Amino acid sequence: MSEVLQIKDLVTKFSTKKGMVPAVRGVNLSVERGKTLVIIGESGSGKSVTLRSILGLSPQGTEITGSIKFQGDELLVKNEKQIQKIRGNKIAMVFQNSLSAFDPLYRVGKQVEETIKAHRKISRKEAKSIVIDLFREVGIPSPEERRRVYPHEMSGGMRQRAVIAMALACNPDILLADEPTTALDVTIQAQILNLFKKIQKEHGMSIILVTHDIGVAIEMADQIAVMYAGKIVEYGEARQVLSEPSHPYTQALMASTPQKEMSGKIVTIPGQPPLITNMPEGCAFSDRCPYAESACTKASPELDLLTEQHRVACFMQDKMSKEA
Amino acid sequence: MNTILEVKGVSKSFPVKGSFGKSKGAVSAVSDVSFSLKERGTLGIVGESGCGKSTLARLLLRLIEPDEGEVLYRDQDILTLKGRKLNQIKRKIQMVFQNPYSSINPKMTIENNVAFSLWTNGVSKKEARKKANDYLEAVGLPRSYAHRYPQSLSGGQRQRVAIARALVLEPEIIIADEAVSALDKSIQGQVLNLFQDLKKDFNLSLLFISHDLNVVEYMSDEVMVMYLGKVVEKGSAQHIYSNARHPYTKALLNSEPSMKVGVSNLDKHQLIKGELPSPLNPPSGCRFRTRCPHATAQCGNAQLPTIEVNTGHHVACHLWDMGTGSLSQNKQSDVLPI
Ligand SMILES: Nc1ncnc2c1ncn2[C@@H]1O[C@H](COP(=O)(O)OP(=O)(O)OP(=O)(O)O)[C@@H](O)[C@H]1O
Ligand SMILES: Nc1ncnc2c1ncn2[C@@H]1O[C@H](COP(=O)(O)OP(=O)(O)OP(=O)(O)O)[C@@H](O)[C@H]1O
Ligand SMILES: [Mg+2]
Ligand SMILES: [Mg+2]
Repeated sequence: MSEVLQIKDLVTKFSTKKGMVPAVRGVNLSVERGKTLVIIGESGSGKSVTLRSILGLSPQGTEITGSIKFQGDELLVKNEKQIQKIRGNKIAMVFQNSLSAFDPLYRVGKQVEETIKAHRKISRKEAKSIVIDLFREVGIPSPEERRRVYPHEMSGGMRQRAVIAMALACNPDILLADEPTTALDVTIQAQILNLFKKIQKEHGMSIILVTHDIGVAIEMADQIAVMYAGKIVEYGEARQVLSEPSHPYTQALMASTPQKEMSGKIVTIPGQPPLITNMPEGCAFSDRCPYAESACTKASPELDLLTEQHRVACFMQDKMSKEA
Repeated sequence: MNTILEVKGVSKSFPVKGSFGKSKGAVSAVSDVSFSLKERGTLGIVGESGCGKSTLARLLLRLIEPDEGEVLYRDQDILTLKGRKLNQIKRKIQMVFQNPYSSINPKMTIENNVAFSLWTNGVSKKEARKKANDYLEAVGLPRSYAHRYPQSLSGGQRQRVAIARALVLEPEIIIADEAVSALDKSIQGQVLNLFQDLKKDFNLSLLFISHDLNVVEYMSDEVMVMYLGKVVEKGSAQHIYSNARHPYTKALLNSEPSMKVGVSNLDKHQLIKGELPSPLNPPSGCRFRTRCPHATAQCGNAQLPTIEVNTGHHVACHLWDMGTGSLSQNKQSDVLPI
């Protein structure tokens, strides 16, 4: 099979004053070679924690169970040294707080060069020319000069592009990108997304992309996973999920996107997601869900097939389709 | 409506050093920018990455000193004030930074992060705590988060702490630099609604920087479009969005992706032709002329005027009237595919 990454029953628990609490509660997903999985979902639902779990970048005291297989190889049993070889090389990541990714004391170009040299045996000169090419590809104007600037001398969007360049520097097999184009305007965003697609075509790179921008999801996704309160509540082929969102949370999320020429108040989802220290027994969305019945508060629904390529974790699907 | 903030001819260049510290010229990040912000109004600032939006915001707060210009807060020039007087005004203008991680102290709990600036302004601890919690709740963070530390928060949760921190001082002006871009749409809506309410209830005025043109349209009464450090067009949101006159504004508005499932837009995605010129040596005259499909020899003229084409609608393009048809019909020729 062409699955590059396969995650099974991932549970990530943090140690807090209230004991070990799970931020990710049983996630299953997989990504094929050359394909893109987009994760969308509520703020705090565990998207970033899932990505960091893959790279072994969780804080001390975190407990991770389940299985994360990269090219058939179990990552959760690897030690730090083994993981380091893979991280930044075969699996690259663009972090959500990428604006602080660079060391303020060193020139940006230098830092990208060092990353390349850490994983590949090449000369300074070669590294330098790779950096210039990469900077050009991510749309940093005058890359020869920009290499030399310090992080604070770059605008927010430029720094973000430099971080993306750094992630792509070693031709990773899989790119984990957490809101990579958040601070970019649409033209540059399009350029970056096109670049991702080009690299996918040329090198078969796989991508897990976290975004809250439905437009980006539409452009990029082969598969979509919708997360809520540490679980995937809807999962499947992108076109099906986006054109027929079936979980009440996905539906509400799609409805709260500000549209052109909108006035009045933006529709938001009333209420708040449950705290990870206080997860309900039943469906975590039930107290905000317009369709919820008592069954929803008693047990937590599992992902169920809706069609061959589309799964949803919701007890009320029959009721919803009747009402529709 | 009264003007609360008036900015006149503000400029800032950053010197650029080459190898061995030799000067290689200067980046003209903000050049001769003027605008006014009305009380309870929202001015949206848009423009490509690197056009000077964040620099402009920092100049207004004197986080960096401008080379020239005036920034009048209720007729007092912030740029000439010092000491206590300056601090009093600074308190009334709060900023939500583009990088929220830089403004949050990782060693303090969330509650203390938000309450801290109140204490330093002489509010009692108890009162400061209460206020901090009220605002944390208003941005959608549960009370039980108050005692957690920033590292244990998700990206969107931290962003909301930064917003609460700016709001808690109940400022008269908020400068929001990409303040909601990291939030999922439902939370984003909640925060935007909150801004709207505060405008009504507390006479808040907003300077709203964002690359999301839909959000800017929704939030703003007035919009200012920047290109390479300069204002190319400003006016009411309605004028800008339905009757843009500057070729750059039109190209920018055209680049919005459509939201149709199953259709990829990227290939056809219309980008403004050419590369953003280096801000090291910006083109003379109109800085957009090197990428403008309508540019003439005259556009290089340093003395190009800004034209008021409608009440309050200013355009820095002498060709603004040129065949309204060809410019406003979103012709393919305005922009080229990448
Ligand atoms: N080190 C930690 N200790 C305790 N709780 C944590 C820790 N890190 C994250 N959390 C919690 O885990 C949950 C999931 O966080 P995560 O960062 O994955 O959210 P997210 O889905 O990426 O959200 P966003 O869209 O806001 O970035 C959140 O409720 C967060 O507060
Ligand atoms: N301290 C500095 N030293 C040198 N150059 C700087 C400095 N700060 C900003 N610049 C340059 O000034 C220009 C404007 O930067 P600014 O951060 O204001 O852009 P922006 O419009 O906020 O962009 P973005 O949307 O990417 O955040 C950029 O070319 C940037 O590299
Ligand atoms: Mg996150
Ligand atoms: Mg900026």
